Amino acid sequence: MSTALRSPANFRREAAEAVTKPSLKIALDRTTGLLQRRRTDVLKAYPEFEVTREIAKNIKDHTLAHLDHYLVEFERNATAAGAIVHWAETPEEACRIVIDLCRQADAKSVTRVKSMLGEEIGLPKALAAAGIDRVETDLAEHIIQLADEPPSHIVIPAMHKTREEVAELFANHHKEPKIDGEVGTLVESARQELRAKYVAADVGISGANFLIASTGSVCTVTNEGNAELTTELPRMHIVTAGIEKLVPEPEHALVLLRLLARSALGTEFTQYTSFFTGPRREGETAGPEAMHIVLVDNGRTQMLAGEMRPMLRCIRCGACINHCPVYGAIGGHPYGSTYPGPMGSVLTPALESLEVAKDLPHACTLNGRCAEVCPVKIPLPDLIRSLRDDTWRRKLVPKPARWAVQGWAWMAMRPRLYRLAAGLANQALRLWAGPRSMIAKLPLASGWTDSRDLPAPIGPTFMEQYRRRQRR
Amino acid sequence: MVKDFPHVGLLITCLVDTMRPEIGFATLKLLEQAGCRVSVPDAQTCCGQPALNSGARAEAQALAKRVIAAFEPFDYVVAPSGSCLGTVKAHYPELLADDPVWHRRAAQVAAKSYEILSFLADVRGWQPQGVRFPARATYHHTCAGLRELGIYAQPLQLLEHVDGLEILPLEGETACCGFGGTFAVKYPEISTAIVSDKTRQIAATGADTLLAADLGCLMNIAGKLSREGRGDIRVFHPVEILAGMADGKGVAGR
Repeated sequence: MSTALRSPANFRREAAEAVTKPSLKIALDRTTGLLQRRRTDVLKAYPEFEVTREIAKNIKDHTLAHLDHYLVEFERNATAAGAIVHWAETPEEACRIVIDLCRQADAKSVTRVKSMLGEEIGLPKALAAAGIDRVETDLAEHIIQLADEPPSHIVIPAMHKTREEVAELFANHHKEPKIDGEVGTLVESARQELRAKYVAADVGISGANFLIASTGSVCTVTNEGNAELTTELPRMHIVTAGIEKLVPEPEHALVLLRLLARSALGTEFTQYTSFFTGPRREGETAGPEAMHIVLVDNGRTQMLAGEMRPMLRCIRCGACINHCPVYGAIGGHPYGSTYPGPMGSVLTPALESLEVAKDLPHACTLNGRCAEVCPVKIPLPDLIRSLRDDTWRRKLVPKPARWAVQGWAWMAMRPRLYRLAAGLANQALRLWAGPRSMIAKLPLASGWTDSRDLPAPIGPTFMEQYRRRQRR
Repeated sequence: MVKDFPHVGLLITCLVDTMRPEIGFATLKLLEQAGCRVSVPDAQTCCGQPALNSGARAEAQALAKRVIAAFEPFDYVVAPSGSCLGTVKAHYPELLADDPVWHRRAAQVAAKSYEILSFLADVRGWQPQGVRFPARATYHHTCAGLRELGIYAQPLQLLEHVDGLEILPLEGETACCGFGGTFAVKYPEISTAIVSDKTRQIAATGADTLLAADLGCLMNIAGKLSREGRGDIRVFHPVEILAGMADGKGVAGR
């Protein structure tokens, strides 16, 4: 799917198409299955999980309640460490700041560490428009850059690709491809391809997993070590981060890190965890000459003031996505935005608009597994229901569905009439089914019967039979 | 305090009423066996879950008030469905939070509302005696019962006492079946993809019977099994087994 056509408005069509792709299903089953099992296993050895979740929730809630204070504290401390802090209200503003900085550094080539905030503000496109060569250093981001596709998962951007498809891609694009069917060899092929580009880059761009107010530090985590190479080798390090990434102290980041690695990949800790505080200091031999931090709002202060506030606790682990049956069936692309799955169904309406993303909160079975696995206890089904309320109130629900619910509710308020209607429906279904117990085709119910039979009732309604027995 | 002979209001649920009355009669029988006096209030229609989950808050509130008023007089409210009972127990108080009087009434009804299997096991300490159902069955844990009401061990604790019944482990036993109420018809392609995984996993167990405690999920799974030509797998609500009333046709299968 090409990047240009992406929009949550196309969800229905894209989802219907996605379920017909066998290789997507294989890729999703392999990876979500593996991640679910690994998470379950790692939590068996972590009895403090429930207590830590509560602490983590409190850390985020406290920071969000005093966000104004901590933002100013962060800016003061980051500035004192020699970094320059920029504020961006919109994606356009954020991209403009980054592009201006790249030009200021006379950058021909930038390396980038996977950052969902970067995707959210459209930074890859903005860099291309400015004629700046972008090298994605995360393995999965490298894969989808070669394939010219958007990410389909926030932690595993190439979730939708099978290793067989990746091998083919590398064979076609790498200068000296190495392919022998093993995943390890594919990694080696990418490593060789990318190493030289790290050294040649003029600017390194990263996101932030956490921003530490008391020290002005930026914390990044990877399992490939690409964040360190990306941010330390070039002359300039630019950070783009959402304002909700703040925590008061380093200790708070450590609590969240314990949950992040376990929830995301089922590991006890990330392979590489770095805290960057300012650029290279006098006497130091490594590090960038300049460090810029772009703090992005993009709808977050609006969320802070409204019912979607708990969503700002999100630490982007992807556990809700890995456990979502809808995501497991369609993958990330049909959601049409940076954030798929349950967290995306809440974030996208807030970041873009409910009008364009009106399908997302409805495309959910409300099974509750997302909330069960969320490490910061975001009540995702409640938020999704609340967004459904908004779609109803703002008349974004299609008229036939609206009339059906209203008509049925009107009837359900009138028990005698309702009894009559239920009795008629029951009788009609039995007549239609005839001697069979299953209905294979039913007018106006093709949504059900196109792919499933409808079990027909055997006798009259419960109420009818019960009253008859009572009279006897 | 557990009364010796409590008065239970049976919330039959709209789906059981119209589509599978057998589940209602089995529930009634079990409640009586467990030493309860049972009434079926005439004023009940539906708990309002379809309105609640469609975003139609005003409609859901109106229906919630009806249910609360109809069931307030009883010692307990019991329903053979985790999602309908979850609506009463987990959602009514929040739904009516802006009205102090109704909020209190909702909370009082919520506190004495139970899904049938958890009511039998946890509140009544009831166990089946002399019930026989020779089958190799597998059990699907329905989402609302599991995550809104915390029901996991109770159904199997009860079924353990059924003679001849063997329960085979089901891969993905707590994963959603893809029903999701109106979701099943609003997004049929996605719903079908999800339930296909479920029926594949059920077939892989080699079981001849599938049990689950929510009729919506049962109809979804049964309908898919039937369409796939797996009519050899019978589908029942656990209360039908426990009440010794699973001798007729299941929701699907022979």
